Formats: sequence, C-alpha cells, structure tokens
Amino acid sequence: METKGKAHKFGANIDTDVIIPARYLNTSDPAELAEHCMQDIDADFTNKIAQGDIIVAGDNFGCGSSREHAPIAIKACGISCVIAPTFARIFYRNSINIGMPIMECREASEKIQEGDEVSIDFDTGIITNVTRNEQYQAEPFPEFIKHIMDCGGLMNSIRHQEEQ
Amino acid sequence: MGMTMTQKILAEHAGMESVSAGQLISADLDMVLANDITGPVSIKEFDKAGFGEVFDKSKISLVMDHFVPNKDIKSAEQCKTCRMFARRFDIDNYYDVGEMGIEHALLPEKGLVAAGDAIIGADSHTCTYGALGAFSTGVGSTDLAAGIATGRAWFKVPAAIKFELTGKPAKYVGGKDIILHIIGMIGVDGALYKSMEFCGDGIQYLTMDDRLTISNMAIEAGGKNGIFPVDEITKQYMAERVGRPYKIFAADSDAEYDEEYRIDLAGIEPTVSYPHLPENTKTISAAEKDDIKIDQAVIGSCTNGRISDMAAAAEIFKGKHVCGGVRCIIIPATQSIYKECIKRGYIDTFIDAGCVVSTPTCGPCLGGYMGILAAGERCISTTNRNFVGRMGDTSSEVYLASPYVAAASALAGRICGPEEI
Ligand code: SF4
Repeated sequence: METKGKAHKFGANIDTDVIIPARYLNTSDPAELAEHCMQDIDADFTNKIAQGDIIVAGDNFGCGSSREHAPIAIKACGISCVIAPTFARIFYRNSINIGMPIMECREASEKIQEGDEVSIDFDTGIITNVTRNEQYQAEPFPEFIKHIMDCGGLMNSIRHQEEQ
Repeated sequence: MGMTMTQKILAEHAGMESVSAGQLISADLDMVLANDITGPVSIKEFDKAGFGEVFDKSKISLVMDHFVPNKDIKSAEQCKTCRMFARRFDIDNYYDVGEMGIEHALLPEKGLVAAGDAIIGADSHTCTYGALGAFSTGVGSTDLAAGIATGRAWFKVPAAIKFELTGKPAKYVGGKDIILHIIGMIGVDGALYKSMEFCGDGIQYLTMDDRLTISNMAIEAGGKNGIFPVDEITKQYMAERVGRPYKIFAADSDAEYDEEYRIDLAGIEPTVSYPHLPENTKTISAAEKDDIKIDQAVIGSCTNGRISDMAAAAEIFKGKHVCGGVRCIIIPATQSIYKECIKRGYIDTFIDAGCVVSTPTCGPCLGGYMGILAAGERCISTTNRNFVGRMGDTSSEVYLASPYVAAASALAGRICGPEEI
C-alpha cells in the first residue's frame, strides 16, 4: 500500500485538545469532527489540505486525552498518514485500531519541510521525499500490529480470530 | 530476570509465568470503563462489528460525567446512546445524573477497582487506579469496544521508571505538588510508553487522595500507568469499599528499571504549572514573583475534587472572601463528596466566601461548560491539563496547582501560596 501527498509540518507535543477541541466532542460524526481538525493551532488547516496529504510532526504527537475523535478527525479530513519520531501511546493505539496509518521516523520528521511532496510505502516503511530526492526508513510495525492494520482495524481482526 | 509490579499484574492476567518489556500480550480485564464522550464511539464500534453480547455486565462501567447534566442537545443524545446500551445489556455499573460523579473519583469510591486488577478505560486518566495497586490505563473507544465484547485487551508490556519517594512533605504540600514537580523534572514525554512505579518510605505520609492525584497525572508525563505498592493505608481504604477478594502484587527485588529517581518529599514546595504544558513548572515562591493576576479559579476534577481537596479549600476560604473580579468555581467530584461537604459545613464556607458550588461534572476541566474562559483570561485550576484552548478561548491561560494554592490565589486575585493568606 502506498500514499502520496504534500507535507504539513507541526512541532512537538501536539495534543489532542488542539487536534480536536473538546467543545466539539458532543458528536462522534467523522465529517463534523473533520471540519474542526487542528483548528486551534492552525485555523486555516482544513482549507489548505488536499486529499492524501501528510502530517509531519515532532515528538509525542497526540498527547493528552484518549479521545479517538482525534485520529478520526485527522483521517476524515483526508490526511493519509502522520509521521512523527514518537507518538503518545493512546493516540498510537487508537490510530492502529481505527486503521489510520502512522509512521515513526525521526529522520523524516526532521528533514521533511512544509510543502514537500512525500510518498510512503507502508509495506517497506520507506518514506520518499520527492521534492528533496531523499529517502528515510521508518520503524517497521511488529507482526501483531501489522495484522490489525491488515484486517482494517481492531474490531475486524477480532472478528477474524473468532471465525478461525 | 525479575518483574516490576506492573509486569507481574500483566503476566497474571495474560496467564503467563513471566513477561518482559516490549512483549505484546493479550490480557484478561477486571473492569472496562467509558464515559459520555467515549462511550458512544465504543458503542458504535461494538454494534458495527455485530457483537450480540457483552463479556460480563458486572465488569463494565459507564459514567456520564463530562457534559452532564447535559449541556446541550447533542450531549443529551450521547448520554441517551449510553443509557440505551446500559439498558439493553443490563449493565450493573451505569451512573447517570443523580448517582454519577467524575469517573476516576467514583470508581475507587464505589469499590469497583481494587489492588491487582487489570483495568482499561476509554479516558486517559484511567491510570488513576494505580494508586490502589492496580494496573490501569487509558485506551481509545475501539479498544474499549473490543474490551466490552471480549473482556480482553492487547498490551505492549511497558518498561518502567522507578521513583523512590523519601521523607515527609511539608504542610500545604500534597499529591498535586509532588506529581507536578515530577512532570516538571522529566517532561510531558518523560515516561512515554512506560510505567511509573512509586516506592520508598515517603509513601507512608501520602493519603489515598494524595496517591490518587499522583497516579491520575501519570499520563501527563506520557506514562502508561503510575502504580503504588499496597500498604496498610491502601488496605484500609479498600476494606471500607471493596466487597470482593483482591490480590496484592509487589515488584521483584531484581526488577529492571530504565531509570531511577530519588525524590525527597520534604524538599518539595507547592508547585504551579504554567501554560501551555504541565511540564512548565515553577515553585510557588518563584511564581509569586511573577505577579500573575487571575480571572477565575477552579477547584475540582478527577485530579483534585475529592474530600481532602474540599477540606483544603475550606481551610483557606474560612471566614474570608474571594477577591473582587475573580470567579471561583468549586466542583466536588462525586455525590457523596458533595454530601460530605454539606455535612461538614464546607458549602456554607464556600458560598459565604463568594464561590459557586456545582453538582459533580467534568465541566470546565476540558472546556465543556460551567466556567469557560474568554479571550485572554487567566485561570488557576486544580485540574490536570493546561493545553492551548483547554478551558476556553485559545488565547486564555490555565495554571495548574493544588487546592491550597488555587484557593489562596482566588482570595488574593493573583497566584500565591497559602502561606501568604
Ligand atoms: S475531570 Fe477532566 S481530566 Fe478528569 S475525566 Fe473529567 S475531563 Fe477528564
């Protein structure tokens, strides 16, 4: 599986309150959540992204609350992958569980610049910076997690197990 | 190789002799928890996957606390979704208006969580129950849906950081100051993916409420959980509440820790965390020099809404009045805490001091309602997060502190310690 898009850069410790502020948590509708994605840190975010674009951020992305609304909002607004050196653990789990691709890669996080054209090969973990003609290798997922992702999320993978 | 306390609990629940850091395991759960925000997402996932039954109706807790009593129509719909689900499966521990409290204050109080348990909750502060010697951690709604259906969850066994607490804290220094001090020291990702294991002879001076506050904020250092050994204080607390057997685990003497810290509790001052990250800490004496005027003070939440927090606030407010121009909002975390406040006369003290007192709710803690900040306003709060926009407008500011400091600041109109009052 591959994806390609423009990079949008953010700093370290991007928390779930700025990804999707709590005042919008009175709904769990992905389309409605998507409208407010990243609004408190970049009011124009949803207007400037195109389908398939990529978020590139610093350490500890997604820290704070357990709201699954955060990866749901990111996924629903068209972002195809988040790259960061480290993720907050609940955000990490949630992304895998809902089938939203994330990549842990310090080099990519540091070298990719705002607006760079980036393509990602999820099978090999190779991130290609088309604009700068560079490649970075992301941490591969453990088998167990790859299985959840391949099934399209946690619930499907449990269903899959039960059927066997 | 020895195991940490967390690793031992996980091994037991995975049905394994031993586990080691980094290993992926599937573990049995003793309690799964969701609230009015995360519950509906879990229920949607549960239904979408076509599960026809829950794993154990006595081991599921649904607590309506974030936007409850409902702040608007959408919130009412979310609670309705949870209420219908609870009825459909006859869930034992469903808490709605009239019985509810903030989830992480309510579950320990009701004796629903105990030492040795493995607990997940679709709320990041589920780590609170580590204070009782349980493994508990926050997860997302999909994890929770799987937990409701199967009674199991997957975990990566965490490595650990050991915090040896020694000495006796000074008057006016409590759990909140200790955990803010620690977060200031190691940073908001200082314990990322790891368990924070507390030990040492200083623990004997920490009440259950202190420990619950400390474990509650483990997530604010990125921790997976924050756990205390079980001692007489824990046993006494559980004896009054938990009506079932529980199991006490202790770390092996040769358990491995990635890092070890020794913290002298006697050396900790009341501590304040500046916007916009909990790691931006200063001691109260340093903060006082900054002369920070405040518009609002909030005393409550799953971090500091317990009876000892109310007692601390009452001690400061007794016979005094909140500074003109400051709004002070006090929210006891559960119905029984609220009642106890009435019995002890705290509510009179608060109202006479010019505070408002609310029914239990998360309310302003996450910027839901009941105390939202306007542009540029400043609040001192006993809650646990001071992220951008957490309590209102993105240009508003939240300073985190203990109930003593929040109450004293409300009287002074600027951030100051209780000694000054
Ligand atoms: S009081 Fe605040 S931190 Fe605690 S559960 Fe409620 S919203 Fe979350």
